[in-house]
Amino acid sequence: MHVTILGAGVVGLTTATELVERGCKVDLVDLAAQPGPHACSWHAGGMLAPWCEGEIAEQPVVRLGCEALDWWDQRVHGVVKQGTLVVAANRDTAELRRFSRRTEHHELLDAQAIGMLEPALDGRFHKAMHFPHEGHLDPRLALHVLVQKLAERGVNIRRAARDAAPGFKGTIIDARGFSARDTLADLRGVKGEMIVLRSDDISLSRPVRLLHPRFPAYVVPRGDGLFMMGATQVESEDRSRITARGMCDLINAAYSINPAFAEAEIVETGCDIRPAFPDNLPRIVRLDGRFFINGLYRHGFLLAPGLARLMADFLLAPHTINDADRVFLTEAQHENTPQRANA
Amino acid sequence: MRVYDVQLQSRLFLGTAQYPSPAVLREAVKQSGSEVVTVSLRRESAGKQLGQSFWSLIQKMNVRVLPNTAGCHSVGEAVTTAHMAREIFQTDWIKLEVIGESDTLCPDIFGLVEAAKILTNDGFKVFPYTTEDLVVADRLLSVGCEVLMPWGAPIGTGRGLNNPYGLRTLRAHFPDVPMIVDAGIGAPSHACLALELGYDAVLINTAVASAGDPVAMARAFAMAVEAGTKAYKADPMEQRDMAVPSTPVLGKGDLL
Repeated sequence: MHVTILGAGVVGLTTATELVERGCKVDLVDLAAQPGPHACSWHAGGMLAPWCEGEIAEQPVVRLGCEALDWWDQRVHGVVKQGTLVVAANRDTAELRRFSRRTEHHELLDAQAIGMLEPALDGRFHKAMHFPHEGHLDPRLALHVLVQKLAERGVNIRRAARDAAPGFKGTIIDARGFSARDTLADLRGVKGEMIVLRSDDISLSRPVRLLHPRFPAYVVPRGDGLFMMGATQVESEDRSRITARGMCDLINAAYSINPAFAEAEIVETGCDIRPAFPDNLPRIVRLDGRFFINGLYRHGFLLAPGLARLMADFLLAPHTINDADRVFLTEAQHENTPQRANA
Repeated sequence: MRVYDVQLQSRLFLGTAQYPSPAVLREAVKQSGSEVVTVSLRRESAGKQLGQSFWSLIQKMNVRVLPNTAGCHSVGEAVTTAHMAREIFQTDWIKLEVIGESDTLCPDIFGLVEAAKILTNDGFKVFPYTTEDLVVADRLLSVGCEVLMPWGAPIGTGRGLNNPYGLRTLRAHFPDVPMIVDAGIGAPSHACLALELGYDAVLINTAVASAGDPVAMARAFAMAVEAGTKAYKADPMEQRDMAVPSTPVLGKGDLL
């Protein structure tokens, strides 16, 4: 089977990888011919944390997300399986109680256990939750490795815009993220801002999520003293700038996780918009003979492997798809209203 | 109830922030029976296309929009935000918040009266977020507000009606002014109590949006508000100190 994939972000690259591994011939085209800041996955946190996301995300997201850790670990080096730590300031323990009620596969830690697990946080929090089965990766490294491995199999990313469509071969899979708004009318953008800090005074082994009644945030260690802080969430489609308020919130969160972040160097700031459907669930949409994989919202690296696998199943072994996966497949009759196929 | 010459059936106003997804918000609004939703305007969203998708999702809900000036800490900010909101949302309704203290988000009542005066003179229909203070209420009415929105407790705390005595007094002083308890309501029972006290409506956001099942919670609030309204109209009994047997001794059948 011959497939052309549009977009070399996390969805395009995972789908290309999955299809090539399963024997397809894949053409991959992208505006910039390589992963970069034109794709929102460039700014991702890279947390592989299905259980934590279950606090707000619906059950299908958790289930699909559970495929991510192994998928990445088998293909990319540098996947860290050290779990996630969830903390809250001592006055906000109600937030921890709520979080623990709404999530699974975690253990409650007291102050001493927190210090043993993450020495940089020793004495900072009375209580925390540990999600031991989660992990994280460096998104840009992971995308880079997928590009390399695809090149080794003869798949090189071609620079092309969508307008070149008539020249595309085989089945077309559109993985352009928010750019697919030109066709998927109910796709919306949710702005997110991030910063990267460098500090040699702090060492963390796993992502730390700070629960806060106003400004929840997380920090992901990237090694070499680098820490990614994310992410704001604003119903806005302005990807042009990071605001002072966004940055202020993120830096305050870093500071309350460990005051040593106050001395950290600001290495990078970034913002982009996450593509989401109204229910914030991802979909594979079939429309006018082409497929769209979109709406991964804030779960790009978590959900891309499962959706890539499902896309490949759909093309190569449709009879194997179970009902639980079917909820992600939708059929759209015309441009404006994708409907759930099983609704 | 009637606010600014608009007749409303529902006594539940719903905020639109913090829901797990717009789809859940839409369903919660439907289940709540609300006819008015509040929408906050971040000034960064005020450009042309920004946040347009979210806004168009709200427009499709067919409810009246009450924009607010959430997060404004000064009169100038609040007035500017109100003007932008009027342009974007095409309504002269504005829920006026001027925050005076960042930890409790307590209203700055001095700034509130000043901003309310400016905005009513500009033709706005102002819904001021205030405390239960009688004098402030009087000033707000005298600058042209026709609705009051006293707090139950600080925004987002879910602590219910912190000062039922104060709220009762406020209600009694201005019996003809539509009043909506805004902020601090955490459970349907709090909303029910507000209605039992004679308040015309309640405004809820966090208690619904951050519930484990926002849609079910929206329905629970709708039922509580209905219960409180009916109870108030039914003239509830007074509390008293002396126990009174509900089954009188007199008139009992003789079982000899």
